[in-house]
Amino acid sequence: MEVPILKQGPFLIASVQAALSDADLWQMRKAIVEQVVKRRARGVIVDITSVDVVDSFATRMLRDTAQMIRLRGAQTVIVGIQPEVAFAMVQLGLNLEGVATALDLEEGLAYLGEVGKDKP
Amino acid sequence: MTIETEIYHAPVASGAVLLRELVAHLREKRTPLRDEWARHIVEAQLLTAMTKEEIFTEASTVYDSYLEALETGSVEALEAYARNLSERIIPRGVETHEVLGIVLLLRDVLARELFKKYGADVALLNRVQDAYEPAANRIAITVGVGFVQERERIIRQQQEAIRELSTPVLPVRERLLILPIIGVIDPQRARQLTEQLLHGIRTNRARVVVMDITGVPVMDANVANHLVQTVEAARLLGATVIVTGLSPEIAQTLVTIGVDLTKMTTVGDLQGGIEQAERRLGYTVAPIHTNEHSG
Repeated sequence: MEVPILKQGPFLIASVQAALSDADLWQMRKAIVEQVVKRRARGVIVDITSVDVVDSFATRMLRDTAQMIRLRGAQTVIVGIQPEVAFAMVQLGLNLEGVATALDLEEGLAYLGEVGKDKP
Repeated sequence: MTIETEIYHAPVASGAVLLRELVAHLREKRTPLRDEWARHIVEAQLLTAMTKEEIFTEASTVYDSYLEALETGSVEALEAYARNLSERIIPRGVETHEVLGIVLLLRDVLARELFKKYGADVALLNRVQDAYEPAANRIAITVGVGFVQERERIIRQQQEAIRELSTPVLPVRERLLILPIIGVIDPQRARQLTEQLLHGIRTNRARVVVMDITGVPVMDANVANHLVQTVEAARLLGATVIVTGLSPEIAQTLVTIGVDLTKMTTVGDLQGGIEQAERRLGYTVAPIHTNEHSG
């Protein structure tokens, strides 16, 4: 299942709808990294509100994606991690160190707006 | 006299008949036996939380229920009474050994009376004892178990109450929660704390949480690691956790046992924690300049 990537102002929003296969995650990473410059985005929001399982592969994919996006000159924020998912992740030792996180889409947009202010 | 008794009893004296006769005798002797029992209780320094009058009143009721249970063999009424009694005396600090002690004392007082009455005829005394002992032991067990069960029920109820009270998540400002923790954190409480905190962050849309552990006396490695995990999980929800009020003892323990706390933001006291949280959220707190109005 392909992840839809929408543009909202200067930001891209990738809304992950359900449990993704590893191939889908690869595809999503590839698509985001390509489109972030092509569509002139300043920031990317990855919304995983509907995801109820995040495994080590998905964690690495999210972390790698964020780093690649930074190299492409934009910011990333991951939003919508459910409380249960969050705690399961830390218990499994999966961390998203160095990746910004926010409560939901609205907070993510606010975060990227603030980060954007720093560099004119 | 002895021979007469034996002849009279020998053919018909089944256990039940003997018990009935025994109970009738003990009813007759109610007042002296009860008083003797009450005296024994006071002498043995049982039920010290109660006054002599109270002991006497309870002793009368227990004595009657005891005889009734002996007579009918049904411990239901006694069970209910034991529960009721336990309910009344547990809050006053009566201990298990005291309750068992008084029931056993009564058993002994009555047994003595049996010796006195039937002592001359050993064969009869043995049969009476055969009938009396199992009944008396069953009563002792019933009362003891009733007391312990009642105590356990109270303990369960209190645990429930403590659990409900134990982890309040309080919004103090928009997007700022405080989580005061008082008392020892056991693994179950730690789990509950995490759950409430993470859900609290979601429902209140919190960005900063101040977790105050001034009231936590000790902490072991497991709980500390759990807290670190909670802090990380909160970050995944987009919230920063500031831990305040780590006591010198806890600080020393955690460093000594080597818990990695680098991911935790800590501030000395709750006030400092709230101030830092306010700064992060962009609040400034300034005193109202009253003298501008007056002057």
